[in-house]
Amino acid sequence: MSSAHPITPVRVYLAVFVALLVGTALTVFAASIDMGAMNTPVALGIAVAKASIVAIYFMGLRYTTPLTKVVAVAGLFWLFIMFGLSMSDYLTRSWMGVPGR
Amino acid sequence: MSSNVDVANHSYLGAPYGLKSWLFTKDHKRIAILYLISVTIFFVIGGLFAAGIRAELLTPEGDLWSSDTYNKLFTMHGVVMVFFFLVPSIPATLGNFLMPIMIGAKDLAFPRINLLSWYVYIVGALITLSVVFMGGLDTGWTFYTPYSSISSHTAVSLAAIGVFITGFSSILTGLNFIVTVHRMRAPGMTWFRLPLFVWSNYATSLVMVLGTPVVAITLLLVFAERTLHLGIFDPAVGGDPVLFQHLFWFYSHPAVYIMVLPGMGVISELVAAISRKSVFGYAFVAFSSMAIAVLGFLVWGHHLFVSSQSIYAGMVFSVLSMLVAIPSAVKVFNWTATMYKGAVSWDSTTYWVVGFIGLFTIGGLTGLFLATMGMDIHLTDTYFVIAHFHYIMVGGTLMAYLGGLHFWWPKMTGRMFNDNLAKTSAVLVFIGFNLTFFPQFVLGYLGMPRRYHAYPPEFQVLNVLSTAGATVLGLGYALPAFYLIYSLFKGAKAPANPWGATGLEWEIPSPPPTLNFEQDPVVTEPAYHYQPTREVHVG
Amino acid sequence: MANAHEHALAGGHAVVPAADDHHNPNLQHHFYSMEQQFEAATLGMWVFLVTEIMFFGGMFTAYLVYRTMYPESWVAGSHELNVPLGGINTGVLICSSFTMVMAVRCAQLGEKAKQIGYILATMVFGVAFLGIKAYEYAEKFHHHLVPGPHFNPALPRSEQIFFALYFMLTGVHAAHMIVGLGIMTTILVMTLRNRFSPDYYTPVEIAGLYWHFVDIVWIFLFPLLYLIGYHVGA
Repeated sequence: MSSAHPITPVRVYLAVFVALLVGTALTVFAASIDMGAMNTPVALGIAVAKASIVAIYFMGLRYTTPLTKVVAVAGLFWLFIMFGLSMSDYLTRSWMGVPGR
Repeated sequence: MSSNVDVANHSYLGAPYGLKSWLFTKDHKRIAILYLISVTIFFVIGGLFAAGIRAELLTPEGDLWSSDTYNKLFTMHGVVMVFFFLVPSIPATLGNFLMPIMIGAKDLAFPRINLLSWYVYIVGALITLSVVFMGGLDTGWTFYTPYSSISSHTAVSLAAIGVFITGFSSILTGLNFIVTVHRMRAPGMTWFRLPLFVWSNYATSLVMVLGTPVVAITLLLVFAERTLHLGIFDPAVGGDPVLFQHLFWFYSHPAVYIMVLPGMGVISELVAAISRKSVFGYAFVAFSSMAIAVLGFLVWGHHLFVSSQSIYAGMVFSVLSMLVAIPSAVKVFNWTATMYKGAVSWDSTTYWVVGFIGLFTIGGLTGLFLATMGMDIHLTDTYFVIAHFHYIMVGGTLMAYLGGLHFWWPKMTGRMFNDNLAKTSAVLVFIGFNLTFFPQFVLGYLGMPRRYHAYPPEFQVLNVLSTAGATVLGLGYALPAFYLIYSLFKGAKAPANPWGATGLEWEIPSPPPTLNFEQDPVVTEPAYHYQPTREVHVG
Repeated sequence: MANAHEHALAGGHAVVPAADDHHNPNLQHHFYSMEQQFEAATLGMWVFLVTEIMFFGGMFTAYLVYRTMYPESWVAGSHELNVPLGGINTGVLICSSFTMVMAVRCAQLGEKAKQIGYILATMVFGVAFLGIKAYEYAEKFHHHLVPGPHFNPALPRSEQIFFALYFMLTGVHAAHMIVGLGIMTTILVMTLRNRFSPDYYTPVEIAGLYWHFVDIVWIFLFPLLYLIGYHVGA
């Protein structure tokens, strides 16, 4: 069917599969090194990279319409609205110097 | 499937007639009727709870109900009206019926999911309503923690699950509309030829899809708190009850726009039809719906001004809240500009439109008072807030819903109703509404708090006015039930286009055939092409 | 401009119905063409996945708030989790995603026997994941790490919130896995009944989207729950 994804060669899927396994090993290895404040950003960076290749290759985001890509990005955008504006409260509560929080 | 050809030319109300043919229908028009009947029933139930509230407030003493019963009354009034009437009201009835027809499609993209959404709604609604027989619910419709998660001895868990389930009905409707608008438009139906009702329902669907899952998981957390004692919102183990408010209002503030945006869409259609003009600034009205949907997600913190939220966050939310006034004002100005020098006909449709514009404007402007932090400290949790959101949700949404129901009634049923009675009803609703809720602005400003069954005697005059107004309002709402049902049996047969309006839905018979269009439509002109074309048609 | 919009966004109506599509028994009456039907189904699934992002997002917001509030409890809590088992489970899910994508590919090519094999493999990995998860839960019960009245009184109280979120996040994720196994069973039955062909394999495609999404959630849960304090040492 013309509208469906083109058939992806098996070696592409295998490469993604290996990359995901390597990424998992890498994230465990990175977590075992003390990088101070950088541990969490590194762990999240690897997770984002892994999630991205799952979405792009396994979920076929690269073959979908531009609209589908907008939909995927919009979901993340709204997630960050929720994170950002919630944290605007929690991160500024101590500014007033009121005892308690 | 060989009978498809015959069925296509018959009214969707026609054969098969049986109950089973309705309960298993995949026709968006029949599902709209199922929703219409269900939301009407829930509107009546919610109205009865409201009657209980107003009757108690007739006198300063708490003499009719105990305070516990009163708490349960206003909670159930809110829960039923918000989740089971206002949220599905326009999208699931008029939207379901009209969206596919307006864009020239035979049905929504996912007819089975559409039917599923109705069943999910019914199951959720019945579970929630069963709470009345299981000891009631006294948390207020907002389910605030830690009262809901720790203290309340009423059936909070059951209600949370009921609302959780109903949320999925809303998600499924929104998902269906989004895909339908993107993928099902007829040839030539470009985005800027879409009727504004479609734009506003599309914007509503975005809010449903992005917001509803958050309230679903929030209520699931409350449920888990009560049953498993997790402690996420429990201050005793370091949990923060205010986090519940963040998550709850992340949905529930945008939910106000789920309720009012479709109403704005209805008014845009009606205002063009009564003025016999194209809507002034079509693109601005279309984009203002999208702007309201997006900005609506950035303002929830104005519900938390006095909830120990950081005042710095409060400032941000206050400023962002005021921005919503811009697209809302664009709509009001453009509607009035459409009517200006229009050939406005004073039939019942016009009454609903004018009523909506007036009440919505008052509701919107008082919202600015509440978005101002200093002002809100004084007004929070008073009747001023009650009056404000009733002006938006009842004065706005319900007025538009009734206006739209009347406007499209001949299309949906194939029958004309009595226009004079409709005018009477619109006037009764307008007068009754103002009499009910305007005194509440004053009461709130004077400091009468919400959610109490007794109050100081000096507030009685205004409360009696309010209860009297509620009686008139009730009459105004009951009247259409009579003449609309009467019209089903004795009303004159409706022509395809009784109002001389534009739009694909008026080009097909009333009531429409099962497959909507006998031939796949091709759209060649913009929406609201009311000006008679003088050009000579070639060929 | 209008034309550009039309081409970029219209999808459905720009399509001229292919004559032979009308004879395809899988074409529902309200679509013009198989292509329109396929695009509607995949778009619908992606929109559904957005709702899933927001559904998990509510819990991730709680996670973010409380991790900011109680960083030490988060480190201490993560020490109680079994990193080897979590890591193995991550691998198991990645394997299941690979077999899933291969199942979709076989459906595209019409290789029915191989497709059945890959779907079965996906289900086996899914069940293995849930089995390991159940073992981990049992461990937590054993160590009194389940929030509530029986929570280990020796631990700081805010650590209970870490475990509350651990159980909610992984519990809702596991519920999605169970739903996923149900979907896979449906796809398996449909395949056995010869419902799919290279012309029509939409259900396999969208079931795959769901499965991969659940995998992605775990890709984030693993480092965010198990590895927070890994470098500090228990």
